[in-house]
Amino acid sequence: MELVQMQKSLQDYTKSLFLDGVLDSQFLQLQQLQDESNPDFVSQVVTLFFQDSDRILNDLSLSLDQQVVDFKKVDPHVHQLKGSSSSIGAQRVKNACVVFRNFCEQQNVEGCHRCLQQVKKEYYLVKNRLETLFKLEQQIVASGGMIPAMELGF
Amino acid sequence: MVCEMETDQTEEMDIEVLSSMWPEDVGTQADNNQFNVEKPAGDSDTLKEVDIAEKRTMADLKRLPELMNTTDQGTSQLTNLVKQWEYMQDHAVKLLREELKILTKQREEAEAKELKIIEEHNFESQEPENVPVLDDTSHLFRRYKHKKRDALIGSKRVEIDEEFDTVAYWKQKALSLEKMLEASTERERRLIEKLNESLKTMESHSAPVEELTQNLKRAEGFLHFILQNAPIVMGHQDKDLRYLFIYNKFPTLREQDILGKTDVEIFHGGGVKESEYFKREVLEKGKASKREITFETELFGSKTFLIYVEPVYNKAREKIGINYMGMEVTDQVRKREKMAKLREDNAVRKAMESELNKTIHITEETMRAKQMLATMSHEIRSPLSGVVGMAEILSTTKLDKEQRQLLTVMMSSGDLVLQLINDILDLSKVESGVMRLEATKFRPREVVKHVLQTAAASLKKDLTLEGNITDEVPIEVVGDVLRIRQILTNLISNAIKFTHEGKVGIKLKVISEPSFASGMELNADAEEQNGLTETETSVWIRCDVYDTGIGIPGKFKNKTQAKLLDLLLLPEHVQPNRKVRFSVKKALPCLFKKYMQASADHARKYGGTGLGLAICKQLVELMGGQLTVTSQVNAGSTFTFILPYKVATSDDHSDDQDFSDMVDHHQPEPDDTTEGYFQFKPLLGSIYSNGGPVIGNNNFLPHKVMLTSPLKLINGFVADPSNNTGQSETTQVENNGYMDETCSGPCPSKETESCSSSQASSEGGPLEMESELTVSSRREDETTETSKQPKILLVEDNKINIMVAKSMMKQLGYTFDIANNGVEAINAIKDSSYDLVLMDVCMPVLDGLKATRLIRSYEESGNWDAAIEAGVDIKISENEQACVHSTNRLPIIAMTANTLAESSEECYANGMDSFISKPVTLQKLKECLRQYLH
Repeated sequence: MELVQMQKSLQDYTKSLFLDGVLDSQFLQLQQLQDESNPDFVSQVVTLFFQDSDRILNDLSLSLDQQVVDFKKVDPHVHQLKGSSSSIGAQRVKNACVVFRNFCEQQNVEGCHRCLQQVKKEYYLVKNRLETLFKLEQQIVASGGMIPAMELGF
Repeated sequence: MVCEMETDQTEEMDIEVLSSMWPEDVGTQADNNQFNVEKPAGDSDTLKEVDIAEKRTMADLKRLPELMNTTDQGTSQLTNLVKQWEYMQDHAVKLLREELKILTKQREEAEAKELKIIEEHNFESQEPENVPVLDDTSHLFRRYKHKKRDALIGSKRVEIDEEFDTVAYWKQKALSLEKMLEASTERERRLIEKLNESLKTMESHSAPVEELTQNLKRAEGFLHFILQNAPIVMGHQDKDLRYLFIYNKFPTLREQDILGKTDVEIFHGGGVKESEYFKREVLEKGKASKREITFETELFGSKTFLIYVEPVYNKAREKIGINYMGMEVTDQVRKREKMAKLREDNAVRKAMESELNKTIHITEETMRAKQMLATMSHEIRSPLSGVVGMAEILSTTKLDKEQRQLLTVMMSSGDLVLQLINDILDLSKVESGVMRLEATKFRPREVVKHVLQTAAASLKKDLTLEGNITDEVPIEVVGDVLRIRQILTNLISNAIKFTHEGKVGIKLKVISEPSFASGMELNADAEEQNGLTETETSVWIRCDVYDTGIGIPGKFKNKTQAKLLDLLLLPEHVQPNRKVRFSVKKALPCLFKKYMQASADHARKYGGTGLGLAICKQLVELMGGQLTVTSQVNAGSTFTFILPYKVATSDDHSDDQDFSDMVDHHQPEPDDTTEGYFQFKPLLGSIYSNGGPVIGNNNFLPHKVMLTSPLKLINGFVADPSNNTGQSETTQVENNGYMDETCSGPCPSKETESCSSSQASSEGGPLEMESELTVSSRREDETTETSKQPKILLVEDNKINIMVAKSMMKQLGYTFDIANNGVEAINAIKDSSYDLVLMDVCMPVLDGLKATRLIRSYEESGNWDAAIEAGVDIKISENEQACVHSTNRLPIIAMTANTLAESSEECYANGMDSFISKPVTLQKLKECLRQYLH
């Protein structure tokens, strides 16, 4: 059956995200929080995360392109991004942010630039993956299926 | 030692000027005569200028020469002098002889010249030149003449300008010859004069006695010069050790006091005899030697002398006496002794220091180890909570029987580790003094009942649980109910664990102030911490937790520490089902030690961390009480703790957050608050027997709380046939047996008694006390729910975090207000009363730490001055009185990202009560709310 197939592929895909370290258990927390009273919770949070992060990354790029980099401005942004990514379980973004903050502390412009690229890379990766994930879920729902409960066997 | 001393001393001695060995106030004449040592003294001429004090020498003049003559030492000096004189005489004779030789030669020369002159003269007058007759003779004569001429080598020829054989010629010749004669005579006269002169000088040199005297004087002067100021005494004693000669004697002694007398006759006191013996010994052995002797005499007090004694022989190699030399070394000896003492002290100090260092090192190591354990435990706790939480979530999913069993094992193991880590953290909290005691009103009867109820809920054995509270125990007292409950729960679960049949119970009674508490500071501290004032009356309550269990052997069978790993590797369900061997030795003293269990067998059979009792003891002591135990093997144990409480005034319940619900709950049944006896019996095999609220049942003897474990659980919910709407809610598991009111949302069946009990946790040893029972009585809740919903404030700037937290809270059944930074938080707290604040640490405008400090400052002072001072924009609203509504300590939980800048220590230091590490998970949040909202 097509629906079963789709459910299976969704499970596999989700599993791969965890295996790759793109997501961590915090994302499961989000899924756990999603229930009948709030069926779109995960996608709502994640969408908010995307909006927020797009803005932060934009601000960061601008700040770092200044002649004189104001680290007092950069650091809170990175902190914010770290907090958000950690909350939704975007593990790799969070890890990149930790490194980023270290460079901020050292006032290392060169390092910050590199980190920004890394954070962006990880961010677009997780964004891409999550969008795919949601698409899959929507397809299943559209076909009248249930989103399978997360396999925790990873 | 002596060697070292010497090297050390020389340095010092170099610097200092040697003092005379005799005291300065005696013998001032000698002092007057002291000359300047710095003057160059190599030349004997300078010696003459020196005024030599000859009084120092004292000698028996009659016998000294005799001595000089009889001994080698004496004669050698004389021989020397004689030899020297003889040599000088020889020298003078040699000089005179040489001079004589020269003079003789000159005379010979003069005579030869005279002869020649005479001869020449004769020839001129008697023999004419050119006489051919006398050819032969003239020839002969000529030869002679030649010979003569040869002989006159070196003498000047007479120069004659005139023609030969004229009168003028002869005249001139005669004249010159006369001149030569004159010169010769003059020379002769001068020589004679010189000869006379040298004869005269020879005469002056030829006085040997005078010269000897001079030499002697010089030698003596030299000796004086050197020895005059030396702290040296020298002398000669005959073979009866009577003084014949002494140099540099003690100034007050007169000649007749010394000469002809022995040491013993002269001095009295310590050391005299010793020196006498020493001298005698040297005399007998015939070998020179040195010794240090300390004299203790009336004459010159305490002085140490280094004495050198040598035997003196006469020419026949017979001993005739001794020479001795003494040098005063009192200062040096004193210094040496001082030095030795210093050295000794130094060594002792060094040893002590190293000992101390060792101790410090060990202490530091211990501290570090403890700190590390605490840190590690904390670090482990967060991820472990995650694991356990995930496992719990997993258990709500569809699983087959085998999977569920595995999961059950997993959760029980996880819970065990979690419990252990919590125990460690509790311990280190108490030990480091971080733990604060709360002062809240509570009803002891209810506490006892709830503890028993909770225990009964997870009871797997046929045990009777009973509580007995005497009438004089106050209805309400003030104390840290959480900690007391923790102690009770721990002791009860311990008792149940080790009891297989019979009963386990709690007995409460009022006692008079125990002797250990009178005047104890700890008590005062505890009271202070409890926030109790002196004016309130206090009461001591004794609490016995007794059982009819296996009892505690007196001692460890083998000194085993139940190792952490051991326990982790040996979960209870795999333990061998073997008989417990009771050991006969004493284990009681070790019982309250960390990680100690009565024996290794116990640890294996009964599980547990070995920390429970240690924590109980520390907590009881922290509250100013005492925890003791009495036990009889196979008959049972009784743990007794005595604690002071303040008696609460019973009219005001308003700030009793924990128990106001209870009060409400029990108002319809006033009996219950004063009721003094409870009994719980498990009904094996039945899930539920009584649908009514347990506590509200008046039929308490025997009281029935019919909860048995394991319960049949489906997806963590108790299936209730009346609740078939599918909207059953999870009432999250709480261990304290509190009434749980976390229910939110529509609850269609208020009659539901939902009980969620994790089967797994009821299996793990120490988890028995963690067993979860929730008895919610909706009937009462219906009326109180809205007002009882705790008010929570979330302070967080990250929208996503807020969203996630909101959803979690919702699932846990709470709502909360949101503040986006510290300033908003302060304004929110000012305007309304909160039960709990969750505070992000890193925030814009005003961070969590500062905000917490300001809130604490408000709690202490009752005003927001500190905040206004800090530049926080406080909006003074119309409901000013709201500011005063609560000065209770508001629980503030930090939410940290666990970075260096946001350490837990800093959170505590700034007045926060606890912290949740980010990212916040359902499990962590639940734990935290459980701890602070009940």
